[in-house]
Amino acid sequence: MTDFKIVQCEKNGINIIELKGFLDAHTAPELEDAFQKLIKNKKYKIIVNFRDLSYISSAGLGVFMAFIEEVRKNEGDIKLTNMTPKVFNVFDLLGFPILYEIYGNEEDAIAKFLKDGENKDSMTQEIE
Amino acid sequence: MQKSSKNKLKLRITSHTSNLMLVRDFIADAAKNFGFNEDDVNKIIMAVDEACTNIIKHAYECKPGLPIDITVDADDKKFSVIIKDKGKHFSPEQIKIPDMKEYLNQYKVGGLGIYLMKNLMDEIKYNIQPGVQNEVRLVKYLPQNH
Repeated sequence: MTDFKIVQCEKNGINIIELKGFLDAHTAPELEDAFQKLIKNKKYKIIVNFRDLSYISSAGLGVFMAFIEEVRKNEGDIKLTNMTPKVFNVFDLLGFPILYEIYGNEEDAIAKFLKDGENKDSMTQEIE
Repeated sequence: MQKSSKNKLKLRITSHTSNLMLVRDFIADAAKNFGFNEDDVNKIIMAVDEACTNIIKHAYECKPGLPIDITVDADDKKFSVIIKDKGKHFSPEQIKIPDMKEYLNQYKVGGLGIYLMKNLMDEIKYNIQPGVQNEVRLVKYLPQNH
C-alpha cells in the first residue's frame, strides 16, 4: 500500500496543504481532489508544504501544473515550501522553479502572500 | 550481489498504480546493491516508475490485472532495467520530448515521464513488436571512478 497523507489547515486566510509520504500516479488523484475542493470554494491562496514528502513523480508534478493557471487567474497562487533536496532536484530538473515560488518555510510564503495583498490594496486605493 | 558477475533479478507486477511502490522498492534494493550512490539510486527509481506508469496509463489504458515484467540485468558497470508489457504498441520515433520552457509557459499538463526518463538515465532503447510485446530498456552506468 502506498503511504501518502494530506493534512490541511488555514492561516491568515491562506490554505496550507501538508504532504506526507509518496506522491505518485497512485496517490496524485488525492492531491487533485484537495485542489479541486479549494478552487470550488474559491480558495486561491495556497501553500504546499513538502517537509514530509519523501517522493514525487511526474504524476504528482502534473497536479501542480493542472491548477496553477486557474489559481493565478483568480489572483491567487500556489507557493511551495520546505522541499527536501531530493524533491527539489526533481522540480529543478524540469525547470519548475521558473514558474513556482519556492520558500524555505511556511512563514516566508505567508509573508509574501500578505505583502502581495497589501500592495494590491494600496494600488486599489490609488486608483480610487 | 557481486558487482563483477552477471546478475539478473526479476519482478512481475500487474497493471495497477498501487503496485508502483513495489517496483520502486525492488529497484532501490537492486541499484543500491550494485553500488550506485543515493542520488543515482533516486534517478533510476524515478525513471522506472515513469516507465511503468506510462505502461499502466497508455499501453494498458488503465485496465488492471495485466502483466508488466521488470528485469534488472546488472553486469560490470552497466545497470539495465528491462520493462516488458503486452499492451497497446506505440512508435518510439513519434514520442515528442517536450521543450520545458514552452511547456511551463503554456501551463501544459502530462507528458513529462519521457522527458524525465531521458534526463535521468544514460540510455533508453525501445523494442516494439506490435501485437506481441513492448520493451523499454533503461540503462545507467556506474561512474568511471567507482
